[in-house]
Amino acid sequence: MTAEATPALVEGPAADPGDTGSAAGRGPRARTTTAYLRYVAGKLTGAAVSLLAVLVTSFFLFRLIPGDPVKFMTGGRPVSAQQIAAYRREFGLDLPLWQQFTDYCGKALTGDLGTSYQFRAPVLDKITEALPNTLLLTGTAFVLYTALGVYLGTRSAWRHGRLGDRLNTGLALTLYSIPSFWLGLLLIIVLSVGVGPVPGLFPTGGMESGGKEGFAYVLDVAHHLVLPVVTLVAVEYGQTLLVTRSALLDEMGSDYLTTARAKGLRDDLVRRRHAVPNALLPTVTLVFVNLGRTVAGVILVETVFSWPGLGGLFYQALSVPDLPLVQGLFFVFAAAVIVMNTLADLLYPLLDPRVGR
Amino acid sequence: MTAETATTAAPRALARQRRRAATARFWREYRTHRAGLFGLAALVLFALVALTAPLTVGSDVQSVTDAPGKPLESPSLHFPLGTDQFGRNLLGLVVWGSRVSLLVGLLAAVLSVAIGALIGVTAGHFRGWYATVIMRITDWFLVMPTLVLAIALATVMSRSLGTIILAIGVTTWPTTARLVRAQTLAVESRPYIERAKALGGGHWHIMSRHVVPNVMPLVLAQTTLIISTAILAEATLAFLGLGDPTIVSWGGLLQDAREAGAVSSGDWWYLVPPGIAIAIVALAFTLCGRAVESVLNPRLGVSR
Repeated sequence: MTAEATPALVEGPAADPGDTGSAAGRGPRARTTTAYLRYVAGKLTGAAVSLLAVLVTSFFLFRLIPGDPVKFMTGGRPVSAQQIAAYRREFGLDLPLWQQFTDYCGKALTGDLGTSYQFRAPVLDKITEALPNTLLLTGTAFVLYTALGVYLGTRSAWRHGRLGDRLNTGLALTLYSIPSFWLGLLLIIVLSVGVGPVPGLFPTGGMESGGKEGFAYVLDVAHHLVLPVVTLVAVEYGQTLLVTRSALLDEMGSDYLTTARAKGLRDDLVRRRHAVPNALLPTVTLVFVNLGRTVAGVILVETVFSWPGLGGLFYQALSVPDLPLVQGLFFVFAAAVIVMNTLADLLYPLLDPRVGR
Repeated sequence: MTAETATTAAPRALARQRRRAATARFWREYRTHRAGLFGLAALVLFALVALTAPLTVGSDVQSVTDAPGKPLESPSLHFPLGTDQFGRNLLGLVVWGSRVSLLVGLLAAVLSVAIGALIGVTAGHFRGWYATVIMRITDWFLVMPTLVLAIALATVMSRSLGTIILAIGVTTWPTTARLVRAQTLAVESRPYIERAKALGGGHWHIMSRHVVPNVMPLVLAQTTLIISTAILAEATLAFLGLGDPTIVSWGGLLQDAREAGAVSSGDWWYLVPPGIAIAIVALAFTLCGRAVESVLNPRLGVSR
């Protein structure tokens, strides 16, 4: 499902690098549609099974949290046994576990993920409320770090071994080793709170200052978006860079590049038209897997910057623990990864005809 | 009699000799990777700091009751990194915290790689339904978002170091399992495995004598890489307040700093040292892992 899970996908491009021209210059692809459809059906079934497994896991995993949710709901206030019983009935906690489970599954299939203990609102509403904010943050960061990683990775590989490459790789590895939340906190101190002569340039958290409309509102949100996006890009671009770099290095010795050069093409053209399109193929898988992972990995950045998204919600829900909300969010995070992996699997044979059949 | 002892002793000596030669060759290759050497040096330094911490700072550095300084002092000659909100010496805390962070990183990585290697070797050796089922489970773990699962496990269990180690170990093994299985399949397709089977070697003999020694180098490189993931994960979990609150670790220090309001009051000197320590150690393990990987598998194209 990921790169390791499907060795065929990984080995594909390296298997016969000799006979490949540039992807753009190929004629109509000889491909049997039925074979591809069978492949799609297989992948979709696998994804559906995975999603079901996640649904089951998220139910049972969080039932193991010690402590009584009712106690958290009442906040330690002295309450009568009748009130506790009423709470239990309200959230279905008085039923036997198997019945809770079948209720949960039945409702989940119709899109009802239960009611949050904390907010007294349907989990689905809370999630759909926070989802656009998370998508805005991760989407912006994703586009930027993928572009940056691919660009720098390509340059690095093309001039590999030189000073620029070593600085590039070194910086990427260093940023990759930095905890994202720490970088976020530092950025807040330096650029929001201000150190010494540096004034606070950016807001410390949240998504908007409030009371703004129209274009001013867009600018305001963009202003709040800068620091979280910078944090995410800094810690995430390294992986894309390294994968792009090693994929391109694999292609560098190929005969078709020598041919291209022998034809008298400029170095720049050889890189952009011939080498990069082939080298990007293994990167595509990573890009999709990364997008899914970023949605899940955004928990820390959202917590640090108090961004009103899914990650911040997950953190809040965990501290209660707000079981239905935690379950729902866990499902969303896992589903994001599964859906993206499946998309990568489906797209790959279309991009690289050497793979799959 | 003498001939018999000669034939049993000689292969042993030969094996030892070969192993020594292989180690020397490995070191000669490794030495050419400058980044790997830098990582190794940093690791030795941090290991020394962590091991000598009881002598240099002592365990009373984490005591809240008789702290030496005033709360939240800026760095000075007496307290080179300042003090925390209880007046404890931050330099001492960072040094003391290295013990927990390194220990958790090592143990979690060992646990993760042990699970991964066990599953990988058995799934590669025993084919059939066992391999199918176990690889399905691995695939399923592989698609789970690691951090979310680790957070969930750490929430579910009690707050302790063991919990953190378990949560990290249990969520990071699938990549190792995949790698080890692929390597096992490659080893088992070689003719000498067939010879061993023909001579009556059982499952245990083949796995322990032929597969495991061949898989070990890969496992070693993987362990080094996973340690850096584990150290970052430990810091993350501690920062989210899921660690043992009574134990000083780098991630815990960062959480303390945030709770003490170091961010809003601009006390950067409180936040910087633990984060740098985490970054250096994680980077050092990554550099070592990459160097080991490229020595063992030059085709990977990892630059020096």
